Amino acid sequence: MSANTAVADKYRNNFLKEIEEQVEMGDWVKMCMQCGVCSGSCPTNFQSAWEHPPQEIFMMIRAGKREEVLTTTSMWNCTSCYNCIVRCPRKLPITHIMHGIAEYAHRIGMAPKMQPTRFFSGLFWKNCTHTGRVNELKLSMGLYFKDGFVQGIKNGMAMQAVALGLVKARRLNVMELFGGHKCKDQKGIQSMLKKAYEIERSRKAARMAG
Amino acid sequence: MTEHVATNETILVVGGGISGMTAALEAAETGKNVVLVEKNPALGGRTSQLYRYFPKLCHPVCGLEINLRRLKNNPRVRVLTLAEVGGIEGDAGNYTVTVKVKPRYVNENCTACGDCGRAVETMVDDPFNYNLGQHKAAYLPNAMAYPQRYVLDPAIIGSADADRAKAACKYGAIDLDMQEETIQIKAGAVVWATGWQPYDAAKIQPYGYGRFKNVITSVEFERLADIHGPTGGKILRPSDGKEAKNIAFIQCAGSRDENHLRHCSRFCCMASLKQTHYVREKYPEDGRSTIYYIDIRAIDRFEDFYQKVQADSSVTFIKSKVAKITEDEHGNAVCHGVNTEGYKRYTTPHDLVVLAVGMEPSVKGINIPGHIVADSSGFIEADPANGAVFGAGCATNALDVNRAVQSATAAALRAIQVVNKVAKAEA
Repeated sequence: MSANTAVADKYRNNFLKEIEEQVEMGDWVKMCMQCGVCSGSCPTNFQSAWEHPPQEIFMMIRAGKREEVLTTTSMWNCTSCYNCIVRCPRKLPITHIMHGIAEYAHRIGMAPKMQPTRFFSGLFWKNCTHTGRVNELKLSMGLYFKDGFVQGIKNGMAMQAVALGLVKARRLNVMELFGGHKCKDQKGIQSMLKKAYEIERSRKAARMAG
Repeated sequence: MTEHVATNETILVVGGGISGMTAALEAAETGKNVVLVEKNPALGGRTSQLYRYFPKLCHPVCGLEINLRRLKNNPRVRVLTLAEVGGIEGDAGNYTVTVKVKPRYVNENCTACGDCGRAVETMVDDPFNYNLGQHKAAYLPNAMAYPQRYVLDPAIIGSADADRAKAACKYGAIDLDMQEETIQIKAGAVVWATGWQPYDAAKIQPYGYGRFKNVITSVEFERLADIHGPTGGKILRPSDGKEAKNIAFIQCAGSRDENHLRHCSRFCCMASLKQTHYVREKYPEDGRSTIYYIDIRAIDRFEDFYQKVQADSSVTFIKSKVAKITEDEHGNAVCHGVNTEGYKRYTTPHDLVVLAVGMEPSVKGINIPGHIVADSSGFIEADPANGAVFGAGCATNALDVNRAVQSATAAALRAIQVVNKVAKAEA
């Protein structure tokens, strides 16, 4: 390490280093020059939904605000439209970094549990890996009842007309509630996923160990 | 101007802007013979197209006038206008340069009386005003053009308009039979001072240059402010000619951007700060300037200039790179983005948006005859492999006028050293 990089390294706080090591594409965070074009280009109106726009997240990382960054719902709101990546003058892969931070927060259990995107992602994954097929009825019901039984019934009633229309058009089968359709080799899919999990776990453990 | 035979003790200067003129004059004033080649019909380059210089806010007419006077009085400089270098052959101390000279259709009898201009009817785009306006096809390139001689646009050659121009001339200055010539010039050293061009703003798609009339570039804004410009010095917006009083300046339009120009163009921050003075000068009561910036780089010793603009109540600074521009039903250009101080979203309409476009070397993408070493932005680097071809001014870096002149003087000195060696070897 040259004298210059040693000095620069001194100013990279532990959280920035953690992000660089653990988050996919996290080593790009230090490249942000705070111009704000990513936030200006973001189609989500973050003033209500986004707590922190992307370049603020990058600044918070560099300021070492670990708790605030990893527990915020902000990166979970990214719609992957890629507007920010296209316009970033430093070519930061912002969308990927957002997903990378979200994934890391989820991995270490700091992501907000009931954030709808995170909740839905978990629900979807469980749903489709169980039988190898997506069970749309169970998936939407699972989402309706996210905030409790009463809210679930309310959500169901609100969507009643849509559901009936889908049933009439044979796009929704009520019988799916009981078991549902499966792929041909359900066991094969599951053992494949099990193997993939193992590989991922060992890789991440190796990275965690540094 | 005495004609002299070019030898390998001659210095060839390519480009007649402020850098090329300076290099040519500095070399000539030490007793060297110089050939100055300019592709436009008049010298002065982009400097002559400015309304005012920073930091003293004087008019370029003044600085250029001094150089032109030096030029007129110096028999050692031979000026070729409408001329472009086609090829350089040979080595340091012994180059043969091929120069193509386009016909001007007007000879040295011209007194710039303007009779041909009045006689001709055809109008053509006026590149001096960045095509914001048109001029007659028989024209003086600009008010202080050097040489003070009219030019006929090739578009009218062979038409009745050309004959009208010829008939109107009392001095026999119009020669419609002029042809393009290719000449060979010997030179010991070459100073390459081809300057810069504004980055093509239409490539910055979200800013809508070319789609929205009221989004213009900083160089066009200079012409709007100039009394010799298309609006006679009034800042009027192109869409409807309304007085533009609420003006936005967008910094880093193309510069510091991996998708456009990688480098910081250096002069644009000072140019926009300077241009806020134009707004205040033209509309002292209700002119408003807003500068959108990433960070202000008032290079060199100009921080005090920046501080004075900051203290001006008619100027607002917003720390933000504008994400996109749209147009509203009144023709206003609307800036969208996020102010990074407080992370607040804004949607702000302006009468006129001025893009502080970056500086691109004119040589970029052009095959300079003689294998010149250039950096990743296309600027000429000082490299021994270049032999005795020396970059000067904005062909070597993004520079303001002041620094371009310094760079040109340095290049002249290098060229002088080469031809001195040649002279010694021959003695």
